[in-house]
Amino acid sequence: MEQATLRFIIQLGIIGFTFFMLINASALLVLAERKIMGFMQQRYGPYLVGPHGVLQPLADILKLLFKEELRPKGADKWLFTLAPIISVTAAFAAFAAVPWGAETTFFGLLDTPVKLGVADVNVAVLVVFAITSMGVYGIVLAGWSSNSKYSLLGGLRSSAQMISYELAYATALASVIMLAGSLSLRSVVDAQAGYWFGFIPRWYLFLQPLGFIIYMIAGVAETNRAPFDFPEAEQELVAGYNTEYSSVRFALFPQAEYINMTTMSAVATDLYLGGWHGPLLERWGLGWVWFLIKVGIILFAYIWVRWTVPRYRYDQLMQFGWKWLFPAAVLNLIATAAFILYFNA
Amino acid sequence: MPDTFLFYVFSAVAVGASLLVIGQRNPMYSIMLLITSFGALSALYIQLDAPFVAMAQIIVYAGAIMVLFLFVVMLLNAPQEDAAQWDRTHPLRRPGMGRFGAMLAALLTVQLVWALLRVSDASAAVGARGDVAELTSVRSVGRVLFTDYVFAFEATSILILVAMVGAVVLAAREEKR
Repeated sequence: MEQATLRFIIQLGIIGFTFFMLINASALLVLAERKIMGFMQQRYGPYLVGPHGVLQPLADILKLLFKEELRPKGADKWLFTLAPIISVTAAFAAFAAVPWGAETTFFGLLDTPVKLGVADVNVAVLVVFAITSMGVYGIVLAGWSSNSKYSLLGGLRSSAQMISYELAYATALASVIMLAGSLSLRSVVDAQAGYWFGFIPRWYLFLQPLGFIIYMIAGVAETNRAPFDFPEAEQELVAGYNTEYSSVRFALFPQAEYINMTTMSAVATDLYLGGWHGPLLERWGLGWVWFLIKVGIILFAYIWVRWTVPRYRYDQLMQFGWKWLFPAAVLNLIATAAFILYFNA
Repeated sequence: MPDTFLFYVFSAVAVGASLLVIGQRNPMYSIMLLITSFGALSALYIQLDAPFVAMAQIIVYAGAIMVLFLFVVMLLNAPQEDAAQWDRTHPLRRPGMGRFGAMLAALLTVQLVWALLRVSDASAAVGARGDVAELTSVRSVGRVLFTDYVFAFEATSILILVAMVGAVVLAAREEKR
């Protein structure tokens, strides 16, 4: 077959594979969340559907598909329909700029190597940040268009929370970008190849421990996960912004949340944990397995945190975001800049 | 060829959405259409080899500022402008205003035509200064911002800070009473 055609097919295959993995990530995370929650609360979790309950997500989705779709009487027809679509589209689109593997020729199949990842953008960090910040519209519009006070409060809280934590999140990102000297996620990963003293991997985690912690905390807040899940605080808001949704439209919100978690973890892996670099596997051209393992570990930590830490109070959330997290991120940025100037001058 | 086609698609979306923004009675729809228009604009920036400007457009305008707009509209809870009352009381409905608006529109059109006639000179000037992609890269934007335009940049940030402090002071005073 001609090289150009082959290349096109492989490129399409990579895009399809990424999409497939993302859809499955949300299903897997539903199962993982319920299983880990069961384990942490000393009970079984789902175990009836399929062996060890592994088909539970499929059962969940089928149940939701067959449910009746409801829309409140005073709801805004267009925005009510549009909101979950915006949420899930932004979640999927953000991953397009995330690279997940090194360049490969597929074992000599191609003349010139292709890059594993949907698109290689030279401002990838900004693209991911920009598209994730679009996701908030889904939640806010869902809250507003439902014409319900609980939904509205959930939507309001979500926009306030996103604006507050985006600052700390972006400032933590900026420190890593300064270290790598590039906005491209692929160059950031490649800057982390190799080892210090022969055994410590050159991950930015070791140069930016504070930045990593800030990134993860802000990431949890950005994806509206516990202990920062105020937009859907059950005790106060019934279910928050998605109170009035049912059937497939409802299912799209948790799906967007799980895909956002995956994107957040994938970006954290690229920025702080050296992406696909790791011993052994990389030599055999299987670096992306390391990537999957690292993303899996971060996702486990996400779920672990959710079932360990109780929800904050709303004023505590704002206080923490503005008075502690953001100043810490700015200090980290200044310290990083001073460090770079001192050692590179 | 596909570039030209995409240019027309995104331009049409930007112009159409902007026109619809002022045609809406529901402020919520106006905000969503404005975001659409910003999105189309940033696609045009990408076509101009300026990905950084495109992303800044999305992050700053579509991401941050429009969320604030949305926040305000939701807090005021004004889903519909009252058309009848608007017709009676709004200062823009006074008789002379229509003529004044038409004059402004004519002025804007003249300006636009004048600018478009000069556009070939401007693009030639940019071409003379080197590669467009290099000119709009983060590195050169940052360098220009902190050397040539550092006074304007810092003055703007102080202005924003003053506005913010002022807003906080006004809000806090009201609470005390």
